[in-house]
Amino acid sequence: MLDRRDAVSAILRARGSALLVTGLGSPTWDVAATADSPCNFYLWGAMGGAAVLGLGLALAQPSRRVLVLTGDGELLMGLGGLATIGAARPSNLSVVVLDNERYGETGMQASHTARGVDLAAMARAAGFPAASTVTTAEELDRALPALYGGAGPVLLVVKVLANQPPLRVPLRDGTHIKNRFREALLGPKAFG
Amino acid sequence: MPDDSLDQSVWSQDIYQALKEAQIGQVAYVPDAGHKDLIERCHADAGMRTVSLTTEEEGVALLAGAWLGGVRGVLLMQSSGVGNCVNMLSLVEECRFPLLMIVTMRGQWGETNPWQVPMGQAAPVVLATCGVIVQHLEAAGDLAPGVAAAAQMAFVSNRAVALLVGQRFIGAKKFD
Repeated sequence: MLDRRDAVSAILRARGSALLVTGLGSPTWDVAATADSPCNFYLWGAMGGAAVLGLGLALAQPSRRVLVLTGDGELLMGLGGLATIGAARPSNLSVVVLDNERYGETGMQASHTARGVDLAAMARAAGFPAASTVTTAEELDRALPALYGGAGPVLLVVKVLANQPPLRVPLRDGTHIKNRFREALLGPKAFG
Repeated sequence: MPDDSLDQSVWSQDIYQALKEAQIGQVAYVPDAGHKDLIERCHADAGMRTVSLTTEEEGVALLAGAWLGGVRGVLLMQSSGVGNCVNMLSLVEECRFPLLMIVTMRGQWGETNPWQVPMGQAAPVVLATCGVIVQHLEAAGDLAPGVAAAAQMAFVSNRAVALLVGQRFIGAKKFD
């Protein structure tokens, strides 16, 4: 098991020019606390939508890597999205699940992954060419090149400790988060 | 009851053409018989990326992502799928994402499947409650200008707009 902030730091250090979408709750707090960027789109809601939002972005920007960083509970709410992504086969989309096997925002109740549900196996069954689970820092380091450069869609489950690091509240206003992202990506055309 | 429905192969061409003129690049859908021809036209167009969804709420999130990437999209669905979108529409309202939905209606005009009636009747109310602007298309002449106007409001004024295509126009599905 990894510390979630250490895992996020390692993932973001290798980020390059990738565009980032974060699922609500801890993944949004982790990314904002680690490395804020205009090319981060933070979700504070829309539970179950992070991965398919990343799909729409990946299809719209085929020359950019798109990384979705979300939690196990968030992905479990939108499992059909794995089938939609598997069917669409975006080669530039990667989904990272920070899996603490808990619903961290609501009292640390056990999620389905604590009861044996294997998200990487589900992604493989949905047609992801690459889907795996890592539990150590060394395994995560070895997985990073494929996360940013491998033929997607890629799903990587990172098993993390069920701790709650200090909260750093990121941008909250959705319209601002959207406009900041689009301006960074599209330039003046964002408001054309 | 007289049949007011028209040939789908004709009116789907009007919608398709209007979507092309509105520069729609992503077409997300859950199939409906009323959208059959339109879905086929979009699949055949290399300039449109079609995405088949497992549930309509995925389309709401997908098209938000498309817009972040600078691409306009449309969500094609049946009225029964409106309820599936409810929480995801909070993403659209909070962020002022544009959203163009074309919803073929069931449970509205001469419906013979009673299970379609509750969501069909609730669809316009639910959409309006969730902050979506609802516009009704009830005649063939409404289609092209209706899609053009809705696309303009969606993508230029950053609003969610649902076009409800009337069941009187599509034709009630027969079970006998």
